[in-house]
Amino acid sequence: MALAEICKISNASYMRPTAWATDDVNELKSYASNFENPYTLAAPPFANPVENLNKIQANADKTGIKIEFDHGTTTLGFKFKGGVILAVDSRATGGQYIGSQSMKKIVEINDFLLGTLAGGAADCVYWDRVLSKECRLHELRNKERISVAAASKIMANIAHEYKGMGLSMGMMLAGYDKRGPGLYYVDSEGSRTAGNLFSVGSGSIFAYGVLDSGYDYNLEDEAAQELGRRAIYHATHRDAYSGGIIRVYHMTKNGFKVISNEDCEMLHYKYQAEKAAQ
Amino acid sequence: MSFLSIDHFSDYKVHGAQRPDFSPYESNGGSIVAIAGDDFAVIAADTRLSSGYSIHSRTQTKLFQLSPLTVLGSTGCWCDTLSLTSLMRVRMQMYEHTHLRTMTTDAVAQMLSITMYNRRFFPYYVSNILAGIDKNGKGVVFSYDPIGHCENAKCRAGGTAGPLLQPVLDNQIQLKNMNLDEKDKPILTKERAVSVASDTFISAAERDIYTGDFVEIKIITKDGIESMTINLRKD
Repeated sequence: MALAEICKISNASYMRPTAWATDDVNELKSYASNFENPYTLAAPPFANPVENLNKIQANADKTGIKIEFDHGTTTLGFKFKGGVILAVDSRATGGQYIGSQSMKKIVEINDFLLGTLAGGAADCVYWDRVLSKECRLHELRNKERISVAAASKIMANIAHEYKGMGLSMGMMLAGYDKRGPGLYYVDSEGSRTAGNLFSVGSGSIFAYGVLDSGYDYNLEDEAAQELGRRAIYHATHRDAYSGGIIRVYHMTKNGFKVISNEDCEMLHYKYQAEKAAQ
Repeated sequence: MSFLSIDHFSDYKVHGAQRPDFSPYESNGGSIVAIAGDDFAVIAADTRLSSGYSIHSRTQTKLFQLSPLTVLGSTGCWCDTLSLTSLMRVRMQMYEHTHLRTMTTDAVAQMLSITMYNRRFFPYYVSNILAGIDKNGKGVVFSYDPIGHCENAKCRAGGTAGPLLQPVLDNQIQLKNMNLDEKDKPILTKERAVSVASDTFISAAERDIYTGDFVEIKIITKDGIESMTINLRKD
């Protein structure tokens, strides 16, 4: 194309790649810049979004305008001999208002990778979607599935890139790769930790209480699933920001399995009856 | 490089005078209700547009028909609504020209989420509910938070009277806390969905100053969209 450059033919209209590449269309594309590159979000018209968005929020009493993002959660995950268990609640709260009682807080990134979601719902779902794209690309480039370690590193890198901008995420990534079961905790502060047992969210303190007393690496599948479910149930009972449907997933070497989706109200009466019978 | 401002000359500060804060948002009010049925979806919105205690318009529709099978209801900061919906319209037209087919409701739902998340650090102040027929011919409703978290629901209320309307829908459509036997549960027909939607608006107009005048109802089926308008209180 060097000759074309010298002759200035490249400036001719018929040499342009498509009729779409006009200035108008490029301007339009900039309004949805993350369509072509998910990492390029629109820059705010002020510096330091955390501080300045909060200033707008602080005015809320006068203007009555308050932006409430969906928040609040209990999620947990642990490794044991049969793989990884993930259990979550499904309540989404915006301030005092319960926005949803049936939110999906476990994101199925692919058959061998699950992500749990705590903090800003939109943040987690958007970046999990980007992560699932990156994982698929890794698979196509390297002809093998991405390891949980590598996937969690991608997520941690994203979090680090946006650190200080006000993203709010606390997620666990659970998967099964050639090293066996994997469980990582990644958050919007940029930290990334591998471990055997995690609980994240406002109800995590209650879930940890149940989990720590019942956890053993050599649990049988069914007992492990029940431990996860019971820990989330106790969190929904004591934490106002947790509730709704309790979902339990099990990651095995053959991919993930959905174990149960039960309303915590039903579980409450079930556990009450068990207690009475003892 | 920092500029000197009045803050650096404390002696010159005028007491009682304050620099106004940057307030880019306004709440223009309005409510939306959407209900998904087996082969239809109903979406309703009032037509009052206000700001503070004054009413700007009594006949402003908040329902945007994006395709023959998809309707978006949007309230909140009206200028953000206009900006967002026109961007959606253009992107859908670009899709149509590139792929030679109309976007499905599911695709529109995902695109809306990503479009809203683009403004993560300076969000659109809007409450969106999307209703339509999905690629399997079933009625669907999606609701959004201001930064684009999307959730599929059976029925949803949003806008200024959202917290007032949602419990009614939970009870009447999802039959929560009704303790009915399976045989006594009413079937969700188009007629029932429309009557519940209009009833909720009549109630909301009694208690929410930003909801009133008219309620516009759109019934979406695979054969097209039927529109109707019902009177609400005008005070």
